[in-house]
Amino acid sequence: MPIEHTPNYSVSRRRFLDLLLGGTGLAALIGLFYPIFRYLTPPEQEEAVVSSVNLGPAKDFPLNSGKIFRFGNKPGIIIRGSDGKFRAYNATCTHLDCIVQYDAKVEGVWCACHNGRYDINGRNISGPPPRPLTPYAVKIQPGAEEILIASQDGAQG
Amino acid sequence: MNNKMWNWFNERYKIDSLREFAQKKSVPLHSATIWYYFGGITLFLFGVQVLTGIFLLLYYRPGVDTAFESVKFIITKVKFGWLIRSVHSWSANLMVASAIIHMFSVFFHRSYRKPRELSWVTGVIMLCLLLTFGFSGYLLPWNELAFFATKVGTDSARAVPFIGDMALRLMRGGADVTGATLARFFGLHISILPIVFAVVLGVHLFFVQLQGMSKPLGHSRDDGKKRSMPFVPDFFLRDLIVWMVVFNIVLMLAVFFPWELGVKADPFSPAPAGIKPEWYFLFVFQSLKFLPAHIGPFEGEMVGIMALGLVGLAIILLPWLDRAASRERRSRWLDAIGVFVLLYFAVFTILGYVLD
Ligand code: HEM
Ligand code: FES
Repeated sequence: MPIEHTPNYSVSRRRFLDLLLGGTGLAALIGLFYPIFRYLTPPEQEEAVVSSVNLGPAKDFPLNSGKIFRFGNKPGIIIRGSDGKFRAYNATCTHLDCIVQYDAKVEGVWCACHNGRYDINGRNISGPPPRPLTPYAVKIQPGAEEILIASQDGAQG
Repeated sequence: MNNKMWNWFNERYKIDSLREFAQKKSVPLHSATIWYYFGGITLFLFGVQVLTGIFLLLYYRPGVDTAFESVKFIITKVKFGWLIRSVHSWSANLMVASAIIHMFSVFFHRSYRKPRELSWVTGVIMLCLLLTFGFSGYLLPWNELAFFATKVGTDSARAVPFIGDMALRLMRGGADVTGATLARFFGLHISILPIVFAVVLGVHLFFVQLQGMSKPLGHSRDDGKKRSMPFVPDFFLRDLIVWMVVFNIVLMLAVFFPWELGVKADPFSPAPAGIKPEWYFLFVFQSLKFLPAHIGPFEGEMVGIMALGLVGLAIILLPWLDRAASRERRSRWLDAIGVFVLLYFAVFTILGYVLD
């Protein structure tokens, strides 16, 4: 019965065209927004990989003190305890990214941002920091007595 | 406008209908009418921000080597530069305050109930835009406090599950807060936000004009007398007087308490004690301090940020969540929540100042 077929046919054609139009519109939108989104996402930058830094003569560091140094583009902290031993960490607080400092009074590491505390071995002991500080390896160059800092895995951390 | 001119324009552009539209709205008079001023105050302060912001743009130069120096130049060398900068900072803070007051008054009057749901939604969007304005503007002088506040503020995005790291990179323009972040915040602050804000504001005001002012729930006791005042010109003239008062307050604050600049940010020095975000973020900051490092299997931050997100969602959806108000009834329960939120905000903000 051709008469009953026609309306069915025309409805499905309309749906087909709607779908086609909607699909094209959607594709166009994605095509528009995808590049914008990618543009807004900053590209990974090649950073000069620093695997060690030389901080100069060990005798320049007083007992019970700490100092921030540059390790590539990251801040590091070197601490000389009252025992004369050197320790170094990535100075970025594991809580919310502030830069920590050495607190000589309690011989530990302190983050001023939310009063986070680490002990001298970098373990988080009070306040909000969830993890210990990332340690760096400290070597004292024989002969020259200079401090060399390297990250544990060789890459900058 | 004299008659001839009016007719000339009217013949061509039908400005009669505009006048009619402007005169349509009237303002209900009751014991709480005073709260109606705060939307207008927010609007006025936005005007102040746009104007002083454009002035600042003439001398401000973004960039890690120039931003701090150019602001210093503005406040030390440029005639009245200190005034323009101070007014911009003070007015920004008062604007956030007055938007928050406006919002609480809309909340307690249940003015968001049907048919004004979308006035509320556009309002909440503007409040978010306003906070983003404040957050991005705070970094622009590139001083130590702002640098660390921005580090902390953006780093908390990391706590959002799944998209956290991506959001962080998007906001910072890289892994750390650097010149790339400054460039991003600058573009946001002086171009994207103002345009978006102006559009949403236009929609908000259009809705308000179209629907007129609501009578607050609980104030609708009718004693037969008609109690309202035409918005144009009667209430608007009162608005103008309030604006003059507010403007004078801004000027006095700017003159007697000029905004400080502090010391330049150094990404290789420890965070100083007493870093603080702007006061309207302080309650979040303070809450984060009290959160333990871990809550059950989750990091404390993650729980805090997710809770904040849920509260935000509830605020946007409030006109649909508050079923009582759409039946013209007042939920005591919701009043209690409102008071609790207000108290929480106040107490944690104050704690943020007095502790440490
Ligand atoms: C941020 C800038 C804002 C500006 C410039 C602004 C401006 C205004 C103005 C001039 C009015 C009319 C007068 C008044 O009721 O006070 C108004 C009304 C209103 N606003 Fe806003 N507003 C802002 C933010 C908000 C926020 C944050 C909310 C709520 C979340 C909100 C929700 C409303 C509602 C529901 C009305 C209708 C009130 C009624 O009819 O009784 N607005 N706004
Ligand atoms: S960022 Fe160090 S304690 Fe929060």
